[in-house]
Amino acid sequence: MVLKKKELNRELKNFTINFGPQHPAAHGVLRLILELDGEIVKKADPHIGLLHRGTEKLIEYKTYLQALPYFDRLDYVSMMAQEHTYSLAVENIGKIAVPKRAQVIRVIFCEITRILNHLLAVGCHAMDVGAMTPFLWAFEEREKLMEFYERVSGARMHAAFIRPGGVSYDLPVGFLDDLYIFCSQFNIRLDEIEEMLTNNRIWKERLVDIGVVSAKEAVDWGFSGVMIRGSGLPWDLRKTQPYEIYQDLSFRVPVGTNGDCFDRYVIRVEEMRQSINIIEQCFKLIEGGSIKSSNFKMGTSYRSEMKSSMEALIHHFKMYTEGIVLPFGESYTATEAPKGEFGVYLVSNGTDKPYRCKIKAPGFGHLQALDHMSNGHMIADVVTIIGTQDIVFGEIDR
Amino acid sequence: MNAFELKNIIPVISYDINKNIVVVSNRQLFFSLKCLKLHFNYQYVLLSCISGVDFLGKRYRFGVVYDLLSLTFNQRIRIKTFVNEITPVISVTDLYINANWWEREVWDLFGIYFESHPDLRRILTDYGFEGHPMRKDFPCYGFIELRYDESKKRIVVEPVVLAQEFRLFTFQTPW
Repeated sequence: MVLKKKELNRELKNFTINFGPQHPAAHGVLRLILELDGEIVKKADPHIGLLHRGTEKLIEYKTYLQALPYFDRLDYVSMMAQEHTYSLAVENIGKIAVPKRAQVIRVIFCEITRILNHLLAVGCHAMDVGAMTPFLWAFEEREKLMEFYERVSGARMHAAFIRPGGVSYDLPVGFLDDLYIFCSQFNIRLDEIEEMLTNNRIWKERLVDIGVVSAKEAVDWGFSGVMIRGSGLPWDLRKTQPYEIYQDLSFRVPVGTNGDCFDRYVIRVEEMRQSINIIEQCFKLIEGGSIKSSNFKMGTSYRSEMKSSMEALIHHFKMYTEGIVLPFGESYTATEAPKGEFGVYLVSNGTDKPYRCKIKAPGFGHLQALDHMSNGHMIADVVTIIGTQDIVFGEIDR
Repeated sequence: MNAFELKNIIPVISYDINKNIVVVSNRQLFFSLKCLKLHFNYQYVLLSCISGVDFLGKRYRFGVVYDLLSLTFNQRIRIKTFVNEITPVISVTDLYINANWWEREVWDLFGIYFESHPDLRRILTDYGFEGHPMRKDFPCYGFIELRYDESKKRIVVEPVVLAQEFRLFTFQTPW
């Protein structure tokens, strides 16, 4: 038998592995088909949809008010930010005015939600990379924040607190005092987390120059939120297209320089500090007054009035049977959710149910760039990139 | 920067100036988006999302909606096009790379075919799923259900059996 020279230097085939859907670093149910050349990732093909619950379809069968709690369950670590976007979309079509106090309360809770989300993002990212302690510290702070959720709505996570026309309940007595105490100690907790990570040699080795996205690439891939700011574009919808009272608040938008995972980590930490700053400004801005729109056809009425006022009783009955009836119209409402631009494209056909409610989840856009971001990196860096994208499957799969 | 000016540049069918909504025909869609992306006075370089809408019973049954964002001018625009059930929409993946998954999603949920899309697979529904669930004639509870069969020790697929009639309350204001 004669060996031909051609057969001797045979090309090695790439190796394909299945990452997930049960891998703890996949942040939920991500199934990733990785094509590897040794340990270098050649191609990453994310298979999503394992958590698809048909939220958009279900919303079409619900009234506007019943559709609201679905938004808590999309991205289940930034609950109120999404309720808020949906409420804004409904208010946009229905031309509902929101009283000042409700707006301030909304901003307070949006920023609490941002801290809640970034704590999980940084904590879980650190744990994926190998640092256990910041995760535990972050979750202790998350517990405190979720108690604030619980105090206003009764639920620790799926609050359904921000509703079309305002918020569902007023703040309980002593709430702002306790939030103030939280704010005054939180920066120290952040310092502790930063002490563990920011100058940590291992953390830097794993994050610096990993998953670099240039500004042009970030725009091409339709990034938003921390992902676009990490690449050096100062694009924050709270600044550029302000909603609620954000135009009256002064806060800074941290921007990265290299567009790598480390920049995005630093931005997340700085955003938490800015959120504390915003909440502290809200303490000064908050004033007495109504927490709901006075147009009770477009929002819930006060239960306390219901027992004595005939009109309130009628409004209550109408609201919880028929719900809000919006005029014909459509709107694409986008807000700066912690993960990026969360958008709701709502089409109303003049009935009590949404005709179409498209949910633009920031994570969906980010995850499709995973192939691009992880190309040429080692397999362990894929975990870092998933962590930095802050993937939550509730919103991606919908 | 208004829809009047826009009319001189792209073949607009109708528009809403206040809301920045522009309707273009399916055949002119790629050209229109290309103009809006590359024109110096518009620069809609970022595609936020693509959504499908099913207008069951209309002549052009499906609407495909493109939400664009111009970072330079801080402005949004919504491009809409309408197609019937058998007409494919031209894919814009060559213009906006991130249109890839959004188009896959619209294909998956609505069954609108995207011509010259590089990789038009299902994305959100299960492997081997049949039908397009966001269509208005697809029932909310679907056609099949899955359960774990203890005797067979595996997941079995069965046609949906409703224990009680599917209830849909429509409170069209009687007063």
